[in-house]
Amino acid sequence: MTLLKLDNIHTYYGNIHALKGISIEVDEGEIVTLIGANGAGKSTTLKTISGLLYPRRGKVYLGDKDLTKFRAHEIVKMGVVHVPEGRRVFSRLTVMENLEMGAFTRKDKDGIKKDLQRVFELFPRLEERQTQVAGTLSGGEQQMLAIGRALMSRPHILLLDEPSMGLAPVLVDLIFDTITELNKQGMTILLVEQNALLALKVARRGYVLETGRIVLSGPAQELAENPQVREAYLGGA
Amino acid sequence: MDKELKFTWSDIIKYGAIGGVVAVYVILIGMVVAFNERYIIAETLTLGQIALFAPTFLLAYFAANNARKIKSLSFSIIASALAGLVTGVFVAALLVLASKVNIREVFLNVSPELLEILHFGKDSLTGATIMIMIFNLAVGLLGGLFALTPRRWSNAILMGASLVALMGIMQELMSITFGNKDWFKPVSEFIYAKKGLSWGGTALFMLLGILGSLWRSSASLHPGTKIAKMPRRQQQTIRIASFLLGLIILLWLPRFLGSYPSEILTTVGIYIIMGLGLNIVVGFAGLLDLGYVAFFAIGAYTVGILTTTGKLATMEWGFWMALPAAVFLATMAGVILGIPVLKMRGDYLAIVTLGFGEIIRILVLSDWLKPYIGGAQGILQIPKPSIGDYAFKGPQQIYYIVLIGILLVGYIAWRLRDARIGRAWKAMREDEDVAEAMGIHLVSTKLLAFATGAAFAGLSGAIFAAKLGSIFPHSFNLIVSINVLSLIIVGGIGSLPGVVVGALILVGLPELLREFADYRMLFYGALLVAMMLVKPEGFIPEKTHARELHQKPLEPEVAPEAPAKEAI
Repeated sequence: MTLLKLDNIHTYYGNIHALKGISIEVDEGEIVTLIGANGAGKSTTLKTISGLLYPRRGKVYLGDKDLTKFRAHEIVKMGVVHVPEGRRVFSRLTVMENLEMGAFTRKDKDGIKKDLQRVFELFPRLEERQTQVAGTLSGGEQQMLAIGRALMSRPHILLLDEPSMGLAPVLVDLIFDTITELNKQGMTILLVEQNALLALKVARRGYVLETGRIVLSGPAQELAENPQVREAYLGGA
Repeated sequence: MDKELKFTWSDIIKYGAIGGVVAVYVILIGMVVAFNERYIIAETLTLGQIALFAPTFLLAYFAANNARKIKSLSFSIIASALAGLVTGVFVAALLVLASKVNIREVFLNVSPELLEILHFGKDSLTGATIMIMIFNLAVGLLGGLFALTPRRWSNAILMGASLVALMGIMQELMSITFGNKDWFKPVSEFIYAKKGLSWGGTALFMLLGILGSLWRSSASLHPGTKIAKMPRRQQQTIRIASFLLGLIILLWLPRFLGSYPSEILTTVGIYIIMGLGLNIVVGFAGLLDLGYVAFFAIGAYTVGILTTTGKLATMEWGFWMALPAAVFLATMAGVILGIPVLKMRGDYLAIVTLGFGEIIRILVLSDWLKPYIGGAQGILQIPKPSIGDYAFKGPQQIYYIVLIGILLVGYIAWRLRDARIGRAWKAMREDEDVAEAMGIHLVSTKLLAFATGAAFAGLSGAIFAAKLGSIFPHSFNLIVSINVLSLIIVGGIGSLPGVVVGALILVGLPELLREFADYRMLFYGALLVAMMLVKPEGFIPEKTHARELHQKPLEPEVAPEAPAKEAI
């Protein structure tokens, strides 16, 4: 069943035409990845979905609701949550305060407590460091916190923007293991990555973006074997 | 320290020279002469002399402090004395220059009185030069010894010295306030001489300050530790009891202090209310608003227009009817300002709000609105508030309105901080984009911050108008915004008790010292710079800011500067 559907989305930054008709579908329970070079429009696509940007044309459907009619804070309440690029944690707040901020839209205290436990199970490291200020965490821990914070709003679909950016290889593996684990628990994930090889490994399907257009799409396996993709993103054949 | 670890003889001279330049500056702007009439210790030490020697002391202190980090104890002591001596050379050079050449045409403050002060009772120029050298050497040495004293003791001595200085400064105020009380005469005879503290008084306050500081710093005697050991119920009782005691003291204060100190307290209180409001905008929500005075003006002018019985009389309402209108209009103005600046951040927001503040001031001053709000002549004959037959006619009565205002506004600010909206403000302050991605509605969150801040300023302005009985455009200058912002910074951005402390220091203290008036802005500037260097989180820091600036050292395995070791 299609959970999220982008239909011919055009987004602009001022006069710059950043997305030139993007159509994407994400089914319930799958990991879909958007890969592409810098400036291809990957992050812009995520921001358009989460309401941080408005498309000039086109629609974003969550089930049968048109997300372009809602504002960012309402979209979060509808279960679409965005983990922004570059580990944007609230660096002066503690780990715990960060996680509490993630649950901002919720009022069910018991449910929040349960989800907190779940995040700590997923990232035991965060539990150890819950009183520490987020800005002093290591890069990997900050990324864990950013994902954990997003989970606190109990999303149906997680929009992950470059979770591997700037992390050591061990940590990248760990973050990707977590993504797979979350997906196994039933979370739908739209993953934006520059590390195409890794993204295509965990994803079921993928889209390749180039200067605001989708140039290629298909099952992740096929994309990974596609000579064009290999040449452009996977470091040659 | 991030500087390279080096401290040589040339550094000592550098420190001394900085001290010398500052000392000469202090002399040339006339502070030494202006402060010289005020005796701190009778016939021994004037405030002018403190101003003269403060640079020597401070620079010698820094010299000894830095020297001690790498050099021996004796070297550090020599460093401080030498730095003091170098400072003395500058002062002496100024004296010699001023005695030989008439530099008064350029530097107005190089008056005969100044030369007399710098002579230290010696007739000959040589004698005076030697005296300056000896004094500076001695003060430098003191500064060095102070730097090398263990922290706990040097804090205690500082406390004692500050108390002595404060009591010395307050002599005049004390006699105005308590002059007609029976108990005051014998007390005054003991602690004060004709001008300044007597030796007995000096010793008494020094001792009080030292003991007080030692008592606070010793863990076993500090009241906090004792209370923390008590059972919860008892703790709560103590908390309630101390709150009630504080309230009773606050209620009784104006009767005890009399008119002039109550006047000062009322002014401080008006700034506290404004500070609590701006603290929401700047401290909680992180929106730098430099035009905050606009809302204060709107509050004041609303009460002025609605209540005045003078030439511009319109409604001739009572204060209590005009007050809600003032708060409402200010709140609306907050929202109206908020809407156009929703998309702005940081510097841009500061500039636009600055402009808004000026627009209001210019409107108030304009000929166009003169028929309604008086232009430069302002609004006169604003009646005092009253309840039934009780009129709040003077500062001693207005004080209570201010007190209720502070309690109310403080309570609201405190509750909002811990409420949902407080968390939204905090998230927005830390990172707007992520806050939005977390489901925080930025538009309403921002507008609510502006509106609440503006409402508090409106209340403050309303009380201000009633207190003065007349209002003029020049009371609503940019400088008010800057004062309020400064007091928040000094007290600690985001901290509620910090606002009170900041207002007492920046608004209260200058009122106590009439000599201060000319140098007020200089002190503000110096204090802000010093605060940013020494205590950037403010006197009573808010948790988040304190954490940011004084992070506990981490275990090396997670140190952020070692990303290579990011093992899990």
